[in-house]
Amino acid sequence: MIGSDVVIENVSKSFGDFAALNDVSIGIKKGEFFSLLGPSGCGKTTLLRIIAGFEQPESGTVLLDGKDVLPLPPDGRKANTVFQNYALFPHLTVFENVAFSLRLKKQPEAAVRERVNEYLRLVELQTHGSKKPAQLSGGQKQRVAIARALINEPSVLLLDEPLSALDAKLRQHMLIELDAIHDKIGITFIYVTHDQQEALSVSDRIAVMNAGKVLQVGTPQEIYEAPATDFVAKFIGETNLYEGSILSVNGELVTIESAEFGSVQVTDTDPPPSGTRVSWTVRPEKIRIGPDKPSTSRNALNLIQGRVDEPIYSGFQTKFYVKTAGGATLKVIKQHADWSDEGPEIAWKDEVWLSFSAEDAFLVEVKG
Amino acid sequence: MKRRSSFSRAVFIGTIVFLFMPLFVLVLYSFNESKSGSWTGFSLRWYIKLFSDSPDLWRAFGNSAIIALGSALVATVIGTLGAIGVNWYRFRLRSYLRTVTFLPMILPEIIIGVSLLIFFSGLGFKLGLFTVFVAHVSFNLPFVFLLVLARLEEFDFSIIEAARDLGANDTQTLMKVIVPMTMPGIVSGFLTAVTLSLEDFVITFFVTGPGATTLPLYVYSAIRFGVSPVINALSVVMILGTIALTWSMRNFLKYIAAK
Repeated sequence: MIGSDVVIENVSKSFGDFAALNDVSIGIKKGEFFSLLGPSGCGKTTLLRIIAGFEQPESGTVLLDGKDVLPLPPDGRKANTVFQNYALFPHLTVFENVAFSLRLKKQPEAAVRERVNEYLRLVELQTHGSKKPAQLSGGQKQRVAIARALINEPSVLLLDEPLSALDAKLRQHMLIELDAIHDKIGITFIYVTHDQQEALSVSDRIAVMNAGKVLQVGTPQEIYEAPATDFVAKFIGETNLYEGSILSVNGELVTIESAEFGSVQVTDTDPPPSGTRVSWTVRPEKIRIGPDKPSTSRNALNLIQGRVDEPIYSGFQTKFYVKTAGGATLKVIKQHADWSDEGPEIAWKDEVWLSFSAEDAFLVEVKG
Repeated sequence: MKRRSSFSRAVFIGTIVFLFMPLFVLVLYSFNESKSGSWTGFSLRWYIKLFSDSPDLWRAFGNSAIIALGSALVATVIGTLGAIGVNWYRFRLRSYLRTVTFLPMILPEIIIGVSLLIFFSGLGFKLGLFTVFVAHVSFNLPFVFLLVLARLEEFDFSIIEAARDLGANDTQTLMKVIVPMTMPGIVSGFLTAVTLSLEDFVITFFVTGPGATTLPLYVYSAIRFGVSPVINALSVVMILGTIALTWSMRNFLKYIAAK
């Protein structure tokens, strides 16, 4: 099977007064595992349903391999959908569910049998063909839904929060399986989710959406490390997000002054001029924590003194809430290494030094 | 485990006696030799009379069977399609229509009977089997509609979208997905309609005409000339028939569910 590229251009859609999508444009490459990530009501499912053909946008175009698909019905597009609640036909067996579209096309029974068995093998359900959906577990139902959607050999598979009905452990497992299926068949996957962990772990690229707009499109690393807006920074993972005004700019190195920290140095590829009010972020795991002042000669290192407000131990890591002299609270995550690497223990109310490199801190948003 | 108190035991036994004593007496007297209220000896003569010498009763039974099966069938087709339409399409007055459809279920039968009578005579229909048939379809409809709709509402609308996505057109979606999926609701709707139609007296009484006597009407008129033990015998036959039907339906539904 070959994947398609999907181009969404200036798509808008509203339901009554509610603007579900506001001039959305995204380009998805052939064979990509692409995620639409955002909180509920951000428009991600509406966008998926427009690509599938279940909704019509008010304006804009959707191109599959350069061809406008908006005039086509759902079954006229080389895209099939895996629905959130599986949407299996309850009166048909697993085999009959998967065979549904082939039998509609009146394909010879021997060919149907062969194809269905091939796809049941792909999702590892070959021994469950004669069961009814009600006799399957959640994960198995999901796999039937995937096989049923793939048997038409679509070039795009649309997945609408396919794992949201599963428990956490099974979700992890299914995610790995989804990724393996994607690697095996190589078609384009468009995956809608509100779970940033899911999106980060399997996607080639992610579009982060909020309130009907695309805020940022990028690889998981780009989205996590260098969020484009405050919303993205807060929505993806845990972060420290603060505001200040630019004191000076030196190439990509930006010095920001704020009441809480004095001055901090961050990175930006295209910094705005001095005096601009901005927000900046640094991820908790990029901050080093220790009882002594780090002796380093690097000039792009930010040093902050503070006191541990609350340490939260969770096995492989400890999260510290550190109150700085300026009154801010920074989240710091310390990964626990082996005994030789583990520094001195840090406890509640300890005076500590925090340090992070300017290369790990990013300017996020220009404030109006 | 806590022992049941003797009070609750007494209430239980009292309720059972209250419910089943009349039936027991009826069964007993269907085997009574004499026509009077006192027991004179075991006999099958009323059963023999029922099956060999009661032409009017069997004509009424035939009418009832035709009306019940026919009106239930028509009500099932219309009610099922109506429920699917209301569940499938989004249109103005949709919730209003649902409420209005339930109205005949809660209205007193006598009002429905009178209004149907006025309707038929206003339109100049001759009262007879046809008017009884139409009346039964109309009061059976809401029950089928409700049962099918309840079944449909168990399912996510995305099942229909999935069928479309996999290439089914409207007719195929209806025949291959919606109707089979709803079958338990359709079957129970049909059975409810048959039962309601068989036992209806009040509405039928208003809209019936010469030659269109149904079984409940026949029994009522027969009893006015004194209780004939033939009616007792008929009742016993019907009780057995109902038990047999219920039992086979239960197994049929189990069979469907397991298939």
